[in-house]
Amino acid sequence: MVMRRVLIAICSMVLLAAQVLAFQPSAGQGEFVRIDQLPPADQLRAAPLLIAAYAFVWAVLMFYLWSIWRRLGKVELDMRSLEQRTANRNRAR
Amino acid sequence: MKKLFVPLTVLTALMFMYAPVMIANAPYEATMGLVQKIFYFHVPAWMAMFTAVFVCGIASALSLFRGTPAADRVAAAAGELTVLFGSIGLVTGPLWARKAWGVWWQWDARLTMALLLELIFIAYLLVRKYGGPGSDKLAAAMAIFGMANVPFVYVSVNIWRTIHPLTTVVPTLGDKMGPRALAAFWFSALSFMLLFVLLLTMRVQLDERRAELDRLYLEEEE
Amino acid sequence: MFLRVALLVLRKDFAIEVRSREILYTTLFFALSCVLIFAFAFVKEGKPLEDAAAGILWIAIAFAGTLALGRTFERERYGETLRALLLAPAPRPAIYVGKLLGIVLLLVVAEALLVPLIALLFQAALFTYPLLLIGLLLTGTVGFCAVGTLFAAMLVRARTRDVMLPILLYPITVPVIIAGVRGTSALLQPAPDEAVATMWIALLVCFDVVFVTLALWTFEPLMTE
Repeated sequence: MVMRRVLIAICSMVLLAAQVLAFQPSAGQGEFVRIDQLPPADQLRAAPLLIAAYAFVWAVLMFYLWSIWRRLGKVELDMRSLEQRTANRNRAR
Repeated sequence: MKKLFVPLTVLTALMFMYAPVMIANAPYEATMGLVQKIFYFHVPAWMAMFTAVFVCGIASALSLFRGTPAADRVAAAAGELTVLFGSIGLVTGPLWARKAWGVWWQWDARLTMALLLELIFIAYLLVRKYGGPGSDKLAAAMAIFGMANVPFVYVSVNIWRTIHPLTTVVPTLGDKMGPRALAAFWFSALSFMLLFVLLLTMRVQLDERRAELDRLYLEEEE
Repeated sequence: MFLRVALLVLRKDFAIEVRSREILYTTLFFALSCVLIFAFAFVKEGKPLEDAAAGILWIAIAFAGTLALGRTFERERYGETLRALLLAPAPRPAIYVGKLLGIVLLLVVAEALLVPLIALLFQAALFTYPLLLIGLLLTGTVGFCAVGTLFAAMLVRARTRDVMLPILLYPITVPVIIAGVRGTSALLQPAPDEAVATMWIALLVCFDVVFVTLALWTFEPLMTE
């Protein structure tokens, strides 16, 4: 049953691929080309964007690490208070 | 896995500290100049995001069809990482595009589909948090649908006429840009993958601790 | 057996609906109001924007569909009949298919009203290629409802079901909407582009196959609790 559905899915995709391959790309850039010297006009304007991109990556990673740290802290706190309560109860018995 | 944790953290931190050096040493690109260097972490971020999507999707399928709680924890962690790395890709992309294309955003095939993928996984996180009882199963279904979306996103640039660079950029990188560019790219890619593994491990550990806490609560009630 | 169960579920829903016609009338009127609001919202130089016809058609279908899905499963929840359905000795995917067919039928009736209305209000030549338009509408509706039925069935027990359904449904079905709108607007151009419309129909068929397959696969474990 499952195999049949998988086969149907694959067959439709092959049929689609045949259709769609008729539309060939032309506008996208296919490869990067290198140069060794940067034209002076380009130097500074791109820098803020590049720095912003880097800064964002760092900020978001730090935020996520902080968020995990905070949640872990809460769980540890709960665990310790729970252990405390269990220990008290065991002592009382 | 736990024994590797500290060395992995140290290694990842070191790689991330060295990556800018490698990126600075890489040659400039002809038409885009300095801003093209965003490529060295824009593409690895998306690679990490797609990996996260597949991990989430497969873990969700396992959790749905086998019922393993460990799979559910991995799926939740991978879901958060998908949104994280996706947000990196979706912010660094427009920053690059502003210089390279002149606009912040274009509704072309890849950008649209990448945004959709991000939205699907934000919805995944919302369902997990606010969905009520049985929400982890529904979230699992969301993740599976999201994973089915990824091949369309990858292939979209090659099929539809689009302003976004094609997938042939990466395979031809060494020939066209030289060995330093190639090294910088794969170094960054490796760093992001290690970061993904590291963050996944940390996040799964958080959920394991929570499960432990729940178990202790249940024991207390007895 | 599978088809029999599906048709049985369809007949049950149809019988209930024919008696009260509640969901039918409310969905139709909602779709109508949607179109009117958009007609007044998209204005160019004080007159309704004619190019918006394709988009408005599909938005109305999406919104009306969301409403219909919510109402159908709300009725199941209210009558507590969903559990009875699941307890029946029938293959679960057949129940899903029965529900799916019911909602698709409802939306097809809504579309039968919407298409002439939009053609009238926006002077859109929607009837020049009726077969292609029907193809687009059918494949798009099935794709949208396939995902919608799955999620609506699952959300029946959730507290936040009304707001969760659009949140979950729209990101996943946006490709269906894109394909539908692009295909329809290709047909509405001054020189209608049949090849493009056919390509979008092919893509919609692909989406339908993938989504229905995934939904059939996951319906069983999702509805088990």
